Amino acid sequence: MVFFSLVRMKICRAEYKTIAKFIEQLRPTRQCMKILKDRFPNHSQSTLLSIFSLEYQKRMKRTLVKHQDVVEDYFQRYRSEAKKRPSDPVLLELANEVDLSPSLLARLLVERFLEEQQGSVSSKQVLNSMLKEPSLIPDMQLAKHVEQCTINDCCYGPLVDCIKHAIGQEHEEILREKLRERNLSFLDENHLRAKGYDKTPDIILEVPIAVEGHIVHWIESKASFGDEQSHRTYLNEQFWSYWNRFGPGLVIYWYGFISELDCQRDRGILLKDCFPTDIVTLCHGSSHC
Amino acid sequence: MAALLESLLQREVELNRALDWLRGRHECEENGQDLQVKKQEFVPFLLNFLRDQSSNSLTHGPATPAKTPSTSRPLRAQGTSSERRGNRSSTGQGSRSTSRIQLFSPAPSPTAQQHRGRRRMGPFGASAASRQTGARSGQMEEGCRWDGAGRKGRVAAKINEPVSPPTQVELNFNNLDDFPPVGAAHVSPIPAKPSRRINPTPVSTERPNSKPKSCFTSTPLSQPCSSSPSIPETFGPGPSAASPLCLQEERELLKKERSKLAQQTSSPAKPIPGVCTPTRPVRPGSKVTPDPQAPGPDPAKVTHAPELNLLAEIYCTCISENLVPCVFLEVFFVLQLLTTRSVAPSDTMEQDPPVDYLGNVHNCVYFAVQVLENQFTLLSHLDRCTLRLLAENERVGVFSPGLRDLLVQAQDSCTSKVYLHTFIHSVPFQPATDNRTNFSSDKAFHIFKKQRDIFYELLREWEDYHKEPGWEFEAALGNRVRAMVSQLTAAGNHCHFARLFQKQLVQMCKGPRVLGSPGDAPDADLLGMVGADSLGRLKRLQERLIQPQALSGPCPPPSFPGNQEFFRDFLQTASCCQLNQHLKDGLCQQLLQLNEVSILGPEAASDEGEEGVDGDMEQRRYSSVLVVAQVLAKFLGFISFLPYQTSEAPSREIQEAAVTLRSKSAPVLDVCAVLRSCIHRKRTVLTIPWLVEFLSMLDYTGPFLPSYRDAFGLLLQFYRFVMYKNSNMCVFVSILTVCLCFSVDQQLLYTCCPYLGEFRKLLAAFVSGSASKTGGLIRKITPTSAEPRGPPTTQQAFFHNQPPSLRRTVEFVAERIGSNCVKHIKATLVSELVRGGEKTLRDGLGSDCVNAAKLNDSICAQLCDAGMQALEKATRFCSENAPRAVRVLLPEETSQTVLTTAESITTRLATEKACSWLSSNITKSLNTEEANRTPLASDVIVEIKEVLSIAVGPRTEEEVFTVQQIFSLLDKVEQTLKSRKVQSIHTHFFPTLHILLSCSYKFIHVIMIYVLYTVLWSLCSSCLQ
Repeated sequence: MVFFSLVRMKICRAEYKTIAKFIEQLRPTRQCMKILKDRFPNHSQSTLLSIFSLEYQKRMKRTLVKHQDVVEDYFQRYRSEAKKRPSDPVLLELANEVDLSPSLLARLLVERFLEEQQGSVSSKQVLNSMLKEPSLIPDMQLAKHVEQCTINDCCYGPLVDCIKHAIGQEHEEILREKLRERNLSFLDENHLRAKGYDKTPDIILEVPIAVEGHIVHWIESKASFGDEQSHRTYLNEQFWSYWNRFGPGLVIYWYGFISELDCQRDRGILLKDCFPTDIVTLCHGSSHC
Repeated sequence: MAALLESLLQREVELNRALDWLRGRHECEENGQDLQVKKQEFVPFLLNFLRDQSSNSLTHGPATPAKTPSTSRPLRAQGTSSERRGNRSSTGQGSRSTSRIQLFSPAPSPTAQQHRGRRRMGPFGASAASRQTGARSGQMEEGCRWDGAGRKGRVAAKINEPVSPPTQVELNFNNLDDFPPVGAAHVSPIPAKPSRRINPTPVSTERPNSKPKSCFTSTPLSQPCSSSPSIPETFGPGPSAASPLCLQEERELLKKERSKLAQQTSSPAKPIPGVCTPTRPVRPGSKVTPDPQAPGPDPAKVTHAPELNLLAEIYCTCISENLVPCVFLEVFFVLQLLTTRSVAPSDTMEQDPPVDYLGNVHNCVYFAVQVLENQFTLLSHLDRCTLRLLAENERVGVFSPGLRDLLVQAQDSCTSKVYLHTFIHSVPFQPATDNRTNFSSDKAFHIFKKQRDIFYELLREWEDYHKEPGWEFEAALGNRVRAMVSQLTAAGNHCHFARLFQKQLVQMCKGPRVLGSPGDAPDADLLGMVGADSLGRLKRLQERLIQPQALSGPCPPPSFPGNQEFFRDFLQTASCCQLNQHLKDGLCQQLLQLNEVSILGPEAASDEGEEGVDGDMEQRRYSSVLVVAQVLAKFLGFISFLPYQTSEAPSREIQEAAVTLRSKSAPVLDVCAVLRSCIHRKRTVLTIPWLVEFLSMLDYTGPFLPSYRDAFGLLLQFYRFVMYKNSNMCVFVSILTVCLCFSVDQQLLYTCCPYLGEFRKLLAAFVSGSASKTGGLIRKITPTSAEPRGPPTTQQAFFHNQPPSLRRTVEFVAERIGSNCVKHIKATLVSELVRGGEKTLRDGLGSDCVNAAKLNDSICAQLCDAGMQALEKATRFCSENAPRAVRVLLPEETSQTVLTTAESITTRLATEKACSWLSSNITKSLNTEEANRTPLASDVIVEIKEVLSIAVGPRTEEEVFTVQQIFSLLDKVEQTLKSRKVQSIHTHFFPTLHILLSCSYKFIHVIMIYVLYTVLWSLCSSCLQ
């Protein structure tokens, strides 16, 4: 299992920049992941994938508008290419050529296709279901090409969403498991919501612990790499809010983080890339918690 | 007076007689009345005499207030009032809000007062409070000074009286000495010239049209006032005691005068002819040139030793007899004498120089050491750091090795406790008060969610930047504060926010450090701990030092140190009346609740013999309650009097009108009732400290409102009462300290009376050698790399002061006992348990159509019961065996308390060791089973995606799968679906499967997918049943 790898997952800012720079030229294919792994053998596959995903998403957010403006052009190009060589993965090739996520391109073109067919804009729901299940697309050829895109895209698409969700859930479960192993009693998100908390971390410890000398009241599990941008967002939207309600806590970035970001320890936000080993429980003896 | 002292110095009067007289044992009763009067005058005279004598020698640190002429007081008040507002006060150096000062500012109605029978003199007019006519309960005396003596008998008579009505208590708010003139040391208008005295200001000469001054005595003027209108310590009529002149006008004059003085600092003040007090003008030329290279003080070079001895003895008697207005001032003064730097000999020789008893450093140090020796009992109450600094002061060693030895001994017996730094927390979210049901609407609930986060965002930003130069609360946060507060109004969330605000205030300001005097950094402790030995290292560190730390003198003004500043600035910026009202309600409620909290009575706590764990707990409880109450009271006072705060003192007319108006409405807190009740129930030790904080926030007019005036009267009466009760003990005297020193540990005493720390700063400044260079400043070290400290545990604290062998023994025994316990239980209970659990699990998984989750849960429940048994058994085993072992292994001499603590820690450690092994082993034995079988769903999906992407293409020639690989994947899918862990993601898994199953383009994959399809559907439906 990749996340138990012994490879160091904390990465300094400079090295992260190097990786990000390298990623700029890559496309979200399975071959690219191999290239990335060969280029940075000291980092685990999952960390690299996570970083790739973050950087690729930033790139897509930056450029999506530009692509949206030329959908018509893409659609026509796809049409003519598909006519010329129907058995080739022409949509996937087009995506890579214009540097747009295959899934996103597929989505844009399906939307365009439906517009043409039905004369009206389709709902998001319909679009999503067609991407999830391309056989629902009225055009069999387009369906096949869309499927090639969604299945080969390692950053976007229904499959990736599903994987991401599963990974998130699994890490929360791993976290709970570890806490049970250590006999640390806790409340999870569901308990907290039931009690009417307005902000809910993954875990609230019923009795605080000390990790590496820092008090921890809550734990948030993040099954992703903690880069500058996402960490800032998390801090503003989640971590500080937790601190504001529950005191100091711990964030586990299971796929590592930029080491310089772990600078709020004294203020009550501790970052780790695994379940901590140096745990001191404050409730000694008498009543076992 | 001068004659009396002179005759003493000339040995014309026997010293012992004088001392007895000071002690109140009159030998000649027939003229006791005369002596009594003289005694009241003599003490201030002596104090002034000493300050004058040393005025040219003391070049460092703030001046201790002397018995300055009353005319200088408005000057002082003016000086501070202009600083009062508009200073942002983040400098932490004490130039903050100084409402305490205005407590003692001139009265609005300096109506002439009539005294019966006796000549009342300016500085001592208010002394015989109960003997006064009581005709003007609402009027304050102007020019009344410290009442030197004669209170004992009166107060003694009143001990059992209920609280006396205000008319009986002749309050003297103008009296700088009854309540120490807090902040007085700060407000020297010309900082470059550390003037000990405020030079006589010829006020009356500038107002030729003013009426001749009348005085409140019936005796005609004995001296022409006009020639020396502002003579300090005039023993004629008080110069401004009852001036009918509008005070405002006089203040204006004084202001002008002050600015004039500021312009001509270089020119020496003119000696005023006809001065009848020993006060001499300062010779500025000789004062500002201390020479750090000059030879140190030498006992051989002391002159006038007999006279110094005599002065010291008289002075000490005054201190011991509590005749001085404030002991701290005197201690501070003596320490200043001790640490004075060599002064270049004066070249401005007067024609007939009086004898300079304290004119050189040798004499100053000699005198100081004499006094310190005599007052050793007093000194021994000081904290360890101060004692260490004193003991290591080379001058003490040179002048009195005996004193040094005593100080070294005193350090060892010093019981000062150091509490570890408290961690700052946020206010916890409490569903009972904070969840949706407590809000009127969803909108209000969500707005408050945001408000809470914004509040902390502001707080963090303040934390980060408020110390940066040029940072302004208003400029940086003002708009955001107001935007948030206006949302409060929109959502009606004030009570929620007020509660959050109040709780956060308590959270952040209850740490002992926070309440320390401004700029009282931990470094002061560091300095004390390092001691004079490491001076060299310290000096090297000086390059890294930033932010000067000023001595704020023995009377710092009330301030909002540390984190309190944020809350003060927030309220000022928010300026929200609804919020303030809710806060007032909340603060008042919590204060009165705290005031009722059960604390240990002073009698029980002062019993030193019984300092057990319980006593310690009580002590801690008391101090935490007290510190919180003080913060709450300060803020309650702040908010309550905020509407009335003005930058300048109002004119008499305005003030009188305000008094009339404001006395109609009920005050926020019935101070008198609280005070009476606490005296009655002997709880002054808790109540008075916080009441003092509350009252320190009063606006200019506040003290003249009947309710607060009465409260001051009560406080004064109580102070005198306590003083009487303890007149034979050597105690620290101050209205605050007196309440605390009986039952309170030093830490708390220093927290509540930050001015005590000034002694330490003064001594530390001397050690670091910067006293002369920076005018008594030591500089703050800002640690560049502070290792984060772990959470303090009682266990760590326990071992800290014990020999290392104790810790080793405890850990060893715990380890062995724990290990034996595990072996014991392993052999008996666990192996059977684990075997049983495994069997159940295997059987369960072997059968078809089984609900894995249910199976697992039932095994867990089963194991849980057995596990609890094991844990109980282990606990019993350890608590039986551990104490026995520890007792045998520790030295016989170990005290019972230490032994008991060590035993309990050992037991706990052993139990922990055993239990953690047991619990992890019991769960592990199950988890290994499961973990080996169940791959993670995400891994499986990733693998399927990989297979599919190759199947769907594009792909290379090498990218192929064997049948084994496909079946292995199918196997994993099966296991995953069976595992209870992925139950929650099944909903996501199914669409995925659907996608997978729909892509069927190549023949081989059709077969594969078909297999998958059939297998999976059968599995999934069984899982979901």
